[in-house]
Amino acid sequence: MFKFDKLVFGDAGWGDEFLIATLMTLLVSILSMGLGLFLAIITVWAKIIQNRITRFIGNFYTTVIRGVPELLVIYLIFFGGNAVVMSIAKVFGYNKYIELNALTIATIAIAVISATYSSEVLRASYLAISKGQIEAAKALGMNKFSIFFKVISPQVIRHALPGIGNVWQITLKDTSLISVTGLVEIMRQSRISSNVEHSPLTFLITAAILYLCLTTISGRVFKTLEVNYSKGFST
Amino acid sequence: MIEFLNSIQNSLIYKNFFLVLSGLDNTILLLLISLPVGFVLALLFALGRVSKIALLSRTIASYIFVIRGTPLLVQIYLIYFGLGSVKFIRESFLWYALKEPFWCGVIALTINTVAYGAEIFRGGIQSIEKSQVESGLSLGFGKFLLLRKIILPIAIRKVLPSYGNELILMVKATSLVSLTTYMEMTGIARKIMAKTFAPVEAFIAAGILYLFLNFLMVQFVKYLEWKYNPHLRLNN
Repeated sequence: MFKFDKLVFGDAGWGDEFLIATLMTLLVSILSMGLGLFLAIITVWAKIIQNRITRFIGNFYTTVIRGVPELLVIYLIFFGGNAVVMSIAKVFGYNKYIELNALTIATIAIAVISATYSSEVLRASYLAISKGQIEAAKALGMNKFSIFFKVISPQVIRHALPGIGNVWQITLKDTSLISVTGLVEIMRQSRISSNVEHSPLTFLITAAILYLCLTTISGRVFKTLEVNYSKGFST
Repeated sequence: MIEFLNSIQNSLIYKNFFLVLSGLDNTILLLLISLPVGFVLALLFALGRVSKIALLSRTIASYIFVIRGTPLLVQIYLIYFGLGSVKFIRESFLWYALKEPFWCGVIALTINTVAYGAEIFRGGIQSIEKSQVESGLSLGFGKFLLLRKIILPIAIRKVLPSYGNELILMVKATSLVSLTTYMEMTGIARKIMAKTFAPVEAFIAAGILYLFLNFLMVQFVKYLEWKYNPHLRLNN
């Protein structure tokens, strides 16, 4: 039933494979979280500027992606991503076959999903900043960039950290869906190993424990960050 | 005009839409069992979590920790592939349920939603003011009556918005059951993608149906909020 002795490192076991798979999960999570935050900032910007079209696009994007299962989004980007990239390349006069590698597709797919959650968090924390502060900054003669970097960003980060921590946990768990694209992360590795060793229970429990470790450790990291960023604000 | 209608009828999206629609009942079936069972169990677990029996509270806390710390996909695979590989389960009565991808999906979804729901209800129960419980006690309410008349109604009403979120997450989570060969909407959409190499059309067909399901869910939660918050209605 259990073959935990197969988890040793080296050629006899799957230990090193699982280590690489864990690093891959972390890599995809971090990359897509970063790209997701970038997309989220654009989405928030599209929603808060006084422009009906951009606001509609922003709302449409978040509503649709949050109302559709993550797996479906991943399928769409996995199966349809190549065609989109090739048709864009065609516009620029490049007619050869392009194939995106699994990591790129995985990162983009998870980022598109994660950005919708992040954008809600960021928007709420942006709206929590009182207008008076931005007006005060303007009165001091600060330009747009210094207002953004010196007044808005530090406060948004402080307000948003707990929410971003939640999004990070969701993103980390969503990376398990990427296994359907064939990228070897924890989930895929556990399926491969269990197919070879005929012991699914062993490797699925291993995967569960690895995910549990990742979520717990990153939860601690976010707690520390929160304490760090709320210095001077008694909580 | 007729030509236009014909061209719509022959279009891939139109055909896919009805193909995917045939999987709607399978998706709803998953929800119809796992959501009510999950709701009742989540309430019980939340009560156990706030109870003064340390062992019970601690056990439920660790259950919630494990389930919320691992992806749903791992849980589904553990039940479908993992439990199926154990010999004495294959020989026991459990196998009648566990050999069907449908029941594996139902069990996994229920286990998952119970953990998230219990945490939500715990927040609701703990946010009840002490004075309300005390006034119930001073009226001579027993433990059970207190629970039924004061604690649960107030707690559930308070957490309706966040529980509604969880319900929507559950609608989306049913798509993962397709990975255990269960043919619900995502499974059919995936099959169409593999067959026609037209992912966008299949995605749109399935996406519209999921959006519609979630829309219904949002309206349902809104109705519940309206019904159970009579004191917050603007004009009554």
